[in-house]
Formats: sequence, C-alpha cells, structure tokens
Amino acid sequence: MSTLENKKIRVATTSLAGCFGCHMSLLDIDERLLTLLELVEFDRSPLTDIKHCGPCDVGFIEGGICNAENVHVLREFRDNCKILVAVGACAVTGGLPAQRNHLSLADCLQEVYVTEVSLHNSMIPNDPELPLPLDKVHPLHEVVKVDYFIPGCPPSADTLWKFFTDLLAGRTPSLGVELIRYD
Amino acid sequence: MSDTFQLDGEAVPYSPGQTVLQAALAAGRYIPHLCYHPEFKPHGSCKVCTVKIGGRTAASCTLPAQAGLEIESDTEDMNALRRTLVQMLFAEGNHFCPSCEKSGNCALQALGSDLGVMTAGFRHFYPDRPVDASHPDILLDFNRCILCELCVRASCEVDEKCVFALSGRGITKHLVVNAASGKLADTDIALTDKAMQVCPVGVILQKRVGFAVPIGQRRYDQRPISAQALDDAPRPSSGKGHCTACED
Repeated sequence: MSTLENKKIRVATTSLAGCFGCHMSLLDIDERLLTLLELVEFDRSPLTDIKHCGPCDVGFIEGGICNAENVHVLREFRDNCKILVAVGACAVTGGLPAQRNHLSLADCLQEVYVTEVSLHNSMIPNDPELPLPLDKVHPLHEVVKVDYFIPGCPPSADTLWKFFTDLLAGRTPSLGVELIRYD
Repeated sequence: MSDTFQLDGEAVPYSPGQTVLQAALAAGRYIPHLCYHPEFKPHGSCKVCTVKIGGRTAASCTLPAQAGLEIESDTEDMNALRRTLVQMLFAEGNHFCPSCEKSGNCALQALGSDLGVMTAGFRHFYPDRPVDASHPDILLDFNRCILCELCVRASCEVDEKCVFALSGRGITKHLVVNAASGKLADTDIALTDKAMQVCPVGVILQKRVGFAVPIGQRRYDQRPISAQALDDAPRPSSGKGHCTACED
C-alpha cells in the first residue's frame, strides 16, 4: 500500500451506449469532488478530453455496447485498466438502448430514419465514418470481464461515493440494501 | 406450540401443519422467498426460500416443520444460491427497472437489492413478449412475469374466475389469459379481484394510477423486503388451496 499512498490512483471513464447521466451523477458528489481529486488523477474521460485510455488503475464505464466503436473502446479499457467497473443500468443490463433488442435492427433504422413522417428526403445514414450498429445491444459483461457492477439509473452520487471510498481504502466495495437500486 | 426446530442454531416454535417458512416468519425469523404468499398454499416453484437440511437442500415454503430439524438458512452458501436464482429471473425476462411503474413495490427488485445482487451476470435473453393492453382498465406486461402463479392461484381460489393460467413447458412456459381470443378484455376480470393485488412484479397493472405514489415513497423504498416480509407474515389465508371451478 505504501506505493499507493505516494501515487495518485489513475482513473479513466467513458460513456458508451449511455446518456452521460452516470457522469452527471459523478459530478453530483459536489464538494467531495475536491477530496476525490486529491486521491485520483484522470486519464481518458469526458472531464479531460484525452482520446485514448492509457494504463490505469480503475476504469469506470457507463452505457452498454450498441456499435462496433463501443466494442473497441471497451476492449481498450479492459486492456489498460486493472479494475473495470460497469456503472449504471445500461452498462450492467443493456438498459434503455437494449429495449430495441426484440426488434430487428433493419426495422428500427427504417422506422427512425425513413418511415417517420416528419422526415423529408430521408435515408438511413451510411457515412463510412459512422460506427456500424450491432444487431443487439449488450451489457459490458457479455463482451469483456467486468470486475464490479454498480446498478442504478443513474447510481446516486452517494452510491458512487461509497463505491469510490471503499475501493480507495482498499476494501471490497459494499453498497448495502439502501444504495443498491436498479431504477 | 410446544415443539421447536433449529434455524441457524436457534429454536423456532411451530404449530402442527406449519411449514418451516411459515413457522420461521411467524417467529420473526426471515427466510428470503418470492413465490410464497402468506394468504395462499405454498407453491414451491421459485426455490428462493431454499434451506439446507441434513446436507441437502429443500424449499422451506413446502417443507413441513418437525421437531428437531436442524436447518441452515442465513449462510453464505444459501444466500449465494438465492442470488443466482434472482439473477436468472432477471436475465430471463425483460426487467427494465428504470421505466417500470412497479419499481419500489416490486418483490423481485427488493429481493435482489436485499440479497446484494449487483448484476444479472448471465447473458440476457431479451425475449419478445408483447403486452396486452386490450382491457380498458388493466395492462398486462408479460415481459416481467416470473411464473410464480400467484395470479393464477388468486383468480382460481379467491375470485373463482380462472382468468390466468400457465401454458407450455420448461423454458417455453408462459402466462396466458383464459379467453378464446387470449385477450384480457374478453375475460370477466375486475379491478376489485384478488388477482389484481398479488402480482409481486409489474405484470398486472391498473391503468392510469402507475405513479400516484412517487418513486422513493413506495413499499420497499421505506424498508427492505426482509423487514417488510415479517410484518406481512402472520395473516389468515384467503385462498382455498384448490380451485373448485378447475376441478369440476
């Protein structure tokens, strides 16, 4: 532990098929952010705008896997993070984006980009820079090994804080019935 | 009330005819359970109430209480088994808590939270189960059905209407509506029926009242299910234990 005391914990975060609500919940820890920043430094994260994840202690991922780019980013996180944490309903279960899973992807794209009456001269986007959507939306653990799960939509600031403080203190994070919420 | 059995090393009294789960709950000792309802004959299908007895496992809701039984319930082994059962239920249906109006009143959700379930763990099935919105006052969302048969039991034994049934076997087993059309609108179900009150999850829902009680002020928002279940436990049975209509 002595090396940990001298060195800040390096943390990466990203949102895949998510809404950034879990990141908003992180900001919701309010003044505790200052305490957190004394203990950790951020690698890739919407907070730093670093584009690729380097070697890190902990990676926090919100959102599930809905397209090919999500898979690449997730694997990059898994390769670089000693501990990988699925944060929020979408990362843990697929969440809202996975509500399309009982429909065919072609029907979804057709409905959203072509059939929808308010659209004019519409077409399904086909720019080669756009990542290809996956047939189904998946939670993270169906693609890589995930070390911890924090359910909730989003997990509350207190839930995230409890998780961080447990982890930073070297304890196995334990939320308890009050903080384990799936909604 | 003279005889006792041992539950996790402590004596629990029982009355003749009680099961281990019934006696435990009446004595203020919680054993996690899901398909058991204090007003109905035990069903023994969800297995969440499984306990260890003599090195073997048994569903405590159907296990008759006997003098001298030595039962282990609140052990890491048994709770791990229960977590796995709850995880399988979450993976098998479409349990999307953030958009479910039953959230906070849902026994499956409350049980998961109380047992410390952080993820379904398994590969989600994402089954395709269309809802039945045909009835003017009642919505059926089959995505959340856990096949506990409480609505089947309530509709048969109390309401004497047999509106619901389970059909199919194994993984294809599913809840159906007893009408030629298969639609709830073509049954005589009423809002006042017992079947409207017993669904532990969000399948049978009265329309237009879903958020009358705000999220955060609901049944399991106040107290965990382990505490709530003890309050609910000792109450008279409303089910007859069988259905005269079906047996005729």
